[in-house]
Amino acid sequence: MDAAVSHHTCKELLVSLSDYLDGEAAEALCAEIERHLADCEDCRVVVDTLRKTILLYRTLPPPSPPQTIRARLLHALELDKDAP
Amino acid sequence: MTKELPAPTLLSPELLDEAYEQRLLERIRAGDKTACAECIDLHSAGVYRLALRMVGDPHEAEDIVQETFLNAFRTIDSFEGRSSLSTWLYRIAYNAALMRLRKKQPLHVSIDPHVDEEETATTPVQLFDWCCLPEEDFQTAEARNELERAISELPEPLRAVFVLRELEGLSTEETAQALDLSVSNVKVRLHRARLWLRERLSGYFTELAQRSQERN
Ligand SMILES: [Zn+2]
Repeated sequence: MDAAVSHHTCKELLVSLSDYLDGEAAEALCAEIERHLADCEDCRVVVDTLRKTILLYRTLPPPSPPQTIRARLLHALELDKDAP
Repeated sequence: MTKELPAPTLLSPELLDEAYEQRLLERIRAGDKTACAECIDLHSAGVYRLALRMVGDPHEAEDIVQETFLNAFRTIDSFEGRSSLSTWLYRIAYNAALMRLRKKQPLHVSIDPHVDEEETATTPVQLFDWCCLPEEDFQTAEARNELERAISELPEPLRAVFVLRELEGLSTEETAQALDLSVSNVKVRLHRARLWLRERLSGYFTELAQRSQERN
């Protein structure tokens, strides 16, 4: 069984998939990719799961700094005292 | 079909207001403490997130934030405004984080990032379509942890590019400025980071999908 995307066309198109998903690929390249995806199940899976991956991390809640960080920062930088 | 991807949305309106930034810079240069505090309020969360993603430890991340602003206010006169203030602060924070990483693991962190980069060249191996999983399976705490862990394990040469471009919402050009890379290098690294994460998450979600298939 061929468990990796290894065909020549697949490899060639792989490098353009980010541009394609970001809407930054030229029209001709998009058409080429879509033609290939219609026939290549492996690449279709890669594109679908790549898109889903991007969606997942872009909707991940960002980590918040600890609430007390501001006070500690202002103190460490001596910004919590009035100007002389 | 590609339009459904949401853009990173962490940038607040003040961060994009050039006139405000100019005035803020002038006030900081004049030694205005309120202006320094404003700058911290505006930029410390982003700097903290980058530092945390780089070093993985909240305490150390806070130290880096402190170091970054200390350094920034001290050298504010040398800031030429060729990049935005936030890009410049990210750059200082990134260098501070990198220095700590190299001190800790001098043997594992390559001085030449291109060596590591080659090793992370990514050919997709996982080819199971797990997109069919029900949406709630993507929103569990376990799935989020898996994603957090995957991001924290991104190879170091890819991680900062990924964080700034994809999570902090910097443009390709700004990311390149912050990390002292070429624009094309940023694009290549971002693409590799995405493929790397896809591969990594595929392991988890494929297992989940197969388990639920077995149950049905
Ligand atoms: Zn293919």
